[in-house]
Amino acid sequence: MGYDTINAGHAAEAPAVAVSELSKRYGRLLAVDRVTFQVQHGEIFGLLGPNGAGKTTIIRVLTGLSRPSAGQVRVFAHDMERNPKEAKKLFGLVPEITNLYDELSALENVLFMAQLFGVPPQERLDRAHQLLDLFGLGSKSRVRLSHFSRGMKRAVAIAAAVVHRPRLLFLDEPTAGLDVVHARTLRRLVRRLNQEGVTVFLTTHYLEEADQLCDRIALLVKGRIVALDTPEALKDRASKGGVAVEVAFEPMLDQCAVGLGRRTGIRRVTARGDRLRVEGDKVSEVVAAIVAYAAESGTEITHIATVRPTLEEAFVQLTGLSSEVMKTEKGGS
Amino acid sequence: MRDELRIIYYIIRKDMRAYYLKPPAISWGILFPAAMSLSFYLRNPAGFGELAPGLLALTVLFSTTAMEAVVINFELRVGSLERLLLAPATFGSVLLGKLLGASLFGFIITALVATAVLPTCLDRGFDVVALLFIVITSLITFSSLGALISVAVKEVFEAQTLGNFLRFPMMFLCGVFIPIQTLPPGLRHLAYALPLTYTVDGFRQALGGTGNLSLVGDVLILTGFACVFVVPAVALLRRRFA
Repeated sequence: MGYDTINAGHAAEAPAVAVSELSKRYGRLLAVDRVTFQVQHGEIFGLLGPNGAGKTTIIRVLTGLSRPSAGQVRVFAHDMERNPKEAKKLFGLVPEITNLYDELSALENVLFMAQLFGVPPQERLDRAHQLLDLFGLGSKSRVRLSHFSRGMKRAVAIAAAVVHRPRLLFLDEPTAGLDVVHARTLRRLVRRLNQEGVTVFLTTHYLEEADQLCDRIALLVKGRIVALDTPEALKDRASKGGVAVEVAFEPMLDQCAVGLGRRTGIRRVTARGDRLRVEGDKVSEVVAAIVAYAAESGTEITHIATVRPTLEEAFVQLTGLSSEVMKTEKGGS
Repeated sequence: MRDELRIIYYIIRKDMRAYYLKPPAISWGILFPAAMSLSFYLRNPAGFGELAPGLLALTVLFSTTAMEAVVINFELRVGSLERLLLAPATFGSVLLGKLLGASLFGFIITALVATAVLPTCLDRGFDVVALLFIVITSLITFSSLGALISVAVKEVFEAQTLGNFLRFPMMFLCGVFIPIQTLPPGLRHLAYALPLTYTVDGFRQALGGTGNLSLVGDVLILTGFACVFVVPAVALLRRRFA
């Protein structure tokens, strides 16, 4: 199969990724436990979970770097067990740890991947230059990779992963270990690739990143998917059909929370710094209760706003884990 | 098939560029054969031609196995071997690319050593075609051995150490310095179970001497050894990514 046919888009109606009852066992350790999901064309799909949840294991199985112990993986309808070669032509992978060749320049690294995937000579040179320019590395294209920073290497890794114009891009913890500036640039690049039609499958343990980037998120805990939906739907599920209003009083007294909590239509009141989070069934009922309480207690409302649960709150509610586990980097730091 | 051949070709090219001048390749693959040749020449310049088959055989052995450790274990350590496995190729093709890259390195080093050694064999005459046959078969056989050793461990130093457990006994058992016929029976049988014996025997015949087997026999046995090494090497590599 030549380069032209790689992108011909056969099996266009099949999901980009279809995983069915996937399990992966390392000896006695069950790293992935009967996971089932699909990734549709053109979406950014995130696998969100703490370190050790099985995210990298899943990505390795999906890309053919590891074999499943049970279950089935299809990439654009190609079975990864029976026909991995055809599937591999359609995707690129950016691993968590950049595994490019330090001995080669950025350009040589990108060109090498283009050569492996059969991109025609002139096109691969143009494409490699174009990608390195896009990632701001045009002037350093002939510098050996050993002289690059971590963020620059990650950018080269992305260029190398998309040089053959894959229809699907796997990103394993794309911003792990990057500084804020590089992480922001990288997210922008991911969005841009997605706008150009590339389906993106990423793993992350950064809740904010998943919230900002992903169309759908699967929450993975101990090798199992505990929830899978859009970020908004996950937040809605966390709010359990209720509403939350954030309010600040002047003066803010300890008894404000107690007084508000006794009112009808209020489910729960929790202190959040110098503000209170008031939960109830309907916004009108909650606001009416707050206004009535202020009038009766002689306090002044200095701030009032409806608030939606954050993805962090949704994560805590849906997984039963503390959000602190998501802040732990690999290696326990 | 075209995909596989293209990938093999670019793996060889990349390995040449990235690894041919790595320190372990230079020390074990270039300096060791060169130092050995020089020391034998200085010790007995007149009898140097007698040792030519053995020296060429050792050059093939050390250059290929040393390079195989570099091209495989460097990549196993930093994970870049996975980059190759993402390409639309089989494990066998990726390993074949590695194997041929090391063979090419071995060919270059052997050619350099031969350039220095062959003038000493001019009086006896030598068969260039036979020489090429035995060189190429031996390069592939010892690259396969190097590949098998390298996929079994992770670090370059582990591969070199494990390799030395095989290379040094072979040096002394396979007729490089001591004729096999003079070895005690037990060791003689062991010598015939080692591939270097057939490389030395083949070189001896190609360089105008007499051998224990026919050259075709040596080539066939070496090919058999290559298969015996390659099959488990591919299986081990596949198991690493199971």
